[in-house]
Amino acid sequence: MNSEDDLFYNDDDSAHEMDDDDDDFVEMGIEPEPTSTNEKTDVEVFLYEVLTTEQIVQHMVDCIKEVNTVVQIPATTTRILLNHFKWDKEKLMDCYYDGDQEKLFLEAHVISPFKKTPNAKKRTTRATSAAVAASVQQEVTCEICYLALPATLMTGLECGHKFCIQCWTEYLTTKIMDEGMGQVGTISCAAHNCDILVDDATVMKLVKDPKVKLKYQHLITNSFVECNRLLRWCPMPDCGHVVKVQFFDSKPVSCNCGHIFCFACGENWHDPVRCMWLKRWIKKCDDDSETSNWIAANTKECPKCHSTIEKDGGCNHMVCKKCRFDFCWVCLGPWEPHGSSWYNCNRYDEDEAKKARDSQEKSRSALQRYLFYCNRYMNHMQSLKFESKLYASIRLKMEEMQQHNMSWIEVQFLKKAVDVLCQCRQTLMYTYVFAFYLRKNNQSIIFEENQKDLENSTEHLSEYLERDITSDMLVDIKQKVQDKYRYCESRRKVLLDHVHEGYERELWDYLDSA
Amino acid sequence: MALLKDPPSGVEIDMNKISSNLSEWIVDVTGAAGTNYEGETFQLQFKFGPRYPFDSPQVLFIGSNIPVHPHVYSNGHICLSILTDDWSPALSVQSVCLSIVSMLSSCKEKKRPPDNAFYVKTCSKNPKKTRWWYHGKF
Repeated sequence: MNSEDDLFYNDDDSAHEMDDDDDDFVEMGIEPEPTSTNEKTDVEVFLYEVLTTEQIVQHMVDCIKEVNTVVQIPATTTRILLNHFKWDKEKLMDCYYDGDQEKLFLEAHVISPFKKTPNAKKRTTRATSAAVAASVQQEVTCEICYLALPATLMTGLECGHKFCIQCWTEYLTTKIMDEGMGQVGTISCAAHNCDILVDDATVMKLVKDPKVKLKYQHLITNSFVECNRLLRWCPMPDCGHVVKVQFFDSKPVSCNCGHIFCFACGENWHDPVRCMWLKRWIKKCDDDSETSNWIAANTKECPKCHSTIEKDGGCNHMVCKKCRFDFCWVCLGPWEPHGSSWYNCNRYDEDEAKKARDSQEKSRSALQRYLFYCNRYMNHMQSLKFESKLYASIRLKMEEMQQHNMSWIEVQFLKKAVDVLCQCRQTLMYTYVFAFYLRKNNQSIIFEENQKDLENSTEHLSEYLERDITSDMLVDIKQKVQDKYRYCESRRKVLLDHVHEGYERELWDYLDSA
Repeated sequence: MALLKDPPSGVEIDMNKISSNLSEWIVDVTGAAGTNYEGETFQLQFKFGPRYPFDSPQVLFIGSNIPVHPHVYSNGHICLSILTDDWSPALSVQSVCLSIVSMLSSCKEKKRPPDNAFYVKTCSKNPKKTRWWYHGKF
């Protein structure tokens, strides 16, 4: 217990880095779902809290303590065990009391704290000559640096592999600073083929450099958050807050920094499309698959050497620049049988040529389909990026209107209108991802109608907001804008409700090939 | 060092080719008797960085005879986990050489890795820069 406390509490010099930017008190209270008010009523409330890095560390220490009230083993061992079970306390308890404890410790790569003495001794005699010598109080050779040192300067874990303190420090420093403790977030014993893990107390004892200690704490905290299903870092750069939920679900969460994201995947909140499809979409947009699609749609391969050829004019009698093969551009067969009547390609219907044309046709239409959806998706994304600009110009407009005998409260409708506009754009953007993977059926036609309505009204709203506002028509404009954004809000709700209902009743079919 | 005084069979340091600051070694290894590589000699190049032994040395086959082996690429790069991910500072030059000889010895069929042509064309000069995907347990 003490050692764990050491690591996170008493370390005055190092533990304090965490509060320099998140010192201001963050409300720990439970926040309701931050979506627009009229949506919340029928959806059950998704509970979550936003934690600072310090609170996360505290949370981790609490988890360890909780387990330790039941299981009487060293706290640092508890952390390794919990890490092994991805911080699922119940699972750890189950395995601990129902299963084979020896096997549990073995799988978590720690030596059972109960069998310490006999086990360690047995291993020692077998493992290193250095350790044997240690018991006789002689000088022993460290197997890393080959220096002969008094046995008191040698140290090691329960596995019995001893190395000199300096080498240990150097080894741990390398693992922490250069390798970031790998993907697993653990360090194993320095001996070859030994997978026993180094516990936190040992690391803190052997590492002296505060910078390295700090990094170690960061890595531990990070692995705690990363492998805990109920925690997620806010994806905003340099934010450092963690969202903690009661149960794992794809729901919007709002960080203290103002960023709203999907708890399940960490992307921007993407209703109505589901995480899985959004992930596929982002991957499709990122990788080069569309480049190859363009090549497939707009070029042909030389039938002989398979060089890629784009035809930019001229007749259908092709001579490959690379292999000098004569072929027909239309049917891709050899040129010879075409004879003199080559304008009417008589080999057109030949199976192979047909296949080639078919597959080209297919990739051409797939590309067009993708570009259709991508274009609209990008368009809304682009418009959303102008959001901040729009807010600024609306603020000016609001000031201007206050000059014209309107009170502050009376002009707030404009800001609300921009809020709605942005929400609608974001929803619309993701409807195109949803639609891209959707197979046509009756429900999808209704969805497209809803999408059309929302898009149409959103564009109108956008137009209103960009218009010049003159004093004589203020009241009129206010009425129009309010009507429009209320209409947009309701259209957005209709669209989302319809998609959600479809999810519940399994009305959606997906295109797997897209 | 132990390797000089009492080298295990089939492993010998080429004293003439050790660089003056000891950061580069050439070790001659001979295929073990009774294996596919019996009688063949290969040259291993060791390059030690400033952080050795906490950072693994760069090890590759050089010279005219690169063993034909499913884990050795024709440019001399070796796919062996102890040279990167499973490196331990307690490993010595001798134990690395022995691992490599035993890797050669366990080979049943002399052939290049399946992705040899592509890898050799695209890889970095330093095998440590490759993210190895270990195909087997050795």
